[in-house]
Amino acid sequence: MTTAAQSQIGNRKSKIAHYWSLIKPLQSGLLLATGLAGYMSARCPIFSMPTLLGLAASLFLAIAGSTVLNMWWDRDIDARMGRTKKRPTSSGLVSDREALRLGLILSVIGVGWAVAMDALYGLIVFAGLFFDVVVYSMWLKRRTAWSIVWGGISGAMPILAGRALGLGSVDWIGLTMALGILFWIPTHTLTFSMKFENDYAAACVPTFPSTYGLSFTRATIAVSSVLAALAMGISGFGIGMAWGFLRLLAVLSAGLLMLAVAITFRPSERVNFGLFKYASVYMLSAMILVVIEVI
Amino acid sequence: MSPLDRVLLLLTGLLAAYQVAVGIDGFSTLPIIAYTIAFGVLLVAALLLIILGFDVLDSPIVVVVSTIIPLSLSLGLVWQHLAAYRIAYLAFAILGFLAILITRSFPMPGKFPTMVLAVVHGIAGLTIFLLPILLALQGAVRPAFSLVGIGGALIGLGGLALSFLKAGKPILPRGTILKILPGLLLLMTAAFVAGFALAGK
Repeated sequence: MTTAAQSQIGNRKSKIAHYWSLIKPLQSGLLLATGLAGYMSARCPIFSMPTLLGLAASLFLAIAGSTVLNMWWDRDIDARMGRTKKRPTSSGLVSDREALRLGLILSVIGVGWAVAMDALYGLIVFAGLFFDVVVYSMWLKRRTAWSIVWGGISGAMPILAGRALGLGSVDWIGLTMALGILFWIPTHTLTFSMKFENDYAAACVPTFPSTYGLSFTRATIAVSSVLAALAMGISGFGIGMAWGFLRLLAVLSAGLLMLAVAITFRPSERVNFGLFKYASVYMLSAMILVVIEVI
Repeated sequence: MSPLDRVLLLLTGLLAAYQVAVGIDGFSTLPIIAYTIAFGVLLVAALLLIILGFDVLDSPIVVVVSTIIPLSLSLGLVWQHLAAYRIAYLAFAILGFLAILITRSFPMPGKFPTMVLAVVHGIAGLTIFLLPILLALQGAVRPAFSLVGIGGALIGLGGLALSFLKAGKPILPRGTILKILPGLLLLMTAAFVAGFALAGK
């Protein structure tokens, strides 16, 4: 193999690695898990492989596409924050045009595939992408700390979309599950914005800590944790989860509430980090419980 | 914390989750609540240890939390197998927990807080250790139920070591306790789960 060919392969590999980091695989994976759990919670024939694979692929592409478009749009503020300045879009490793093209291609294929599978499912997937990219990132993120509500609504769309695909309609359980995600997202993002408060200030992005102070932010985290736990519990009851699984969900919720109380009354960097991580574990566990329950 | 420690804690959490979700179905209400609290605390503690590392043990709340597990486990056992002592033991569990909570929340002179800790842990630990073994020896339950007693011995050791470490009177060096803690938690949880499962509840 010639040196030029080797270098070309190396370039392609690093390009794929940059693209991969652009789609935030962990975050996209967690949102995909909520979509799959929403679908399985409908107790439809879950082993209809074409539908399951179609759901997974279309949802993943749409989520990945919106994530790339967000990074493309936010590349200027990402470059000003220590945490994000090494992202491929803000460091120049992936050009603006390239990131935009990638985001659009992933989004169009994802949403198109979703619409082709089922119109209602496709509409909800599109709504998630629209709320995330246009309403949250482009319109509100730089204007108000409350933009996270719209980020939360878009994050709640995969589980609603999954259940709608399974049922063929939107029901109260799907909406309650979506509320669970909506209330869980502030637990996750507000602890993050507290940890990187200075970064966001440097980029002039309004956050709860910078706008309302740390006490109000902590209280919001506590309240949203309670509401998230309640919504997940009600959804579990609604889908007919066995008592044992509801007990386990209650235990995991109690852990979330305990950390929310701790961050309110005994705040510290460690508790903040613990809540941030535990919130992800909580949501993933809740989704796994829904899936196991159905299987 | 080493990767092995994390794996051991994850397995502990999974076993505790199994016990909460499946392992205590069919029991009466109070034992279900008691065991859910015990294994639930174990599950959340394992997750927090994985997330935050052993530093989380520096929190003053650890003494109180490490009391909840033996108290609620022993309460569940007494409620199921010693009907005559149900109310008395329930009162002991509640008062014991409150006593530890109060003696840990407010400064107290002398050895009183340590004595309270030793008495409450001692009674709860001995109950979990001896009751299943005695019941198995009497033929009241299947022999495998004595595994719960072995779990009780392990939790007694772990709980005492942790509590006295937190109380400033360590019975083992901190490094040794942290080294054996993940393995001890897993063995203890496995013994409980196996004891309940093999004894047919």
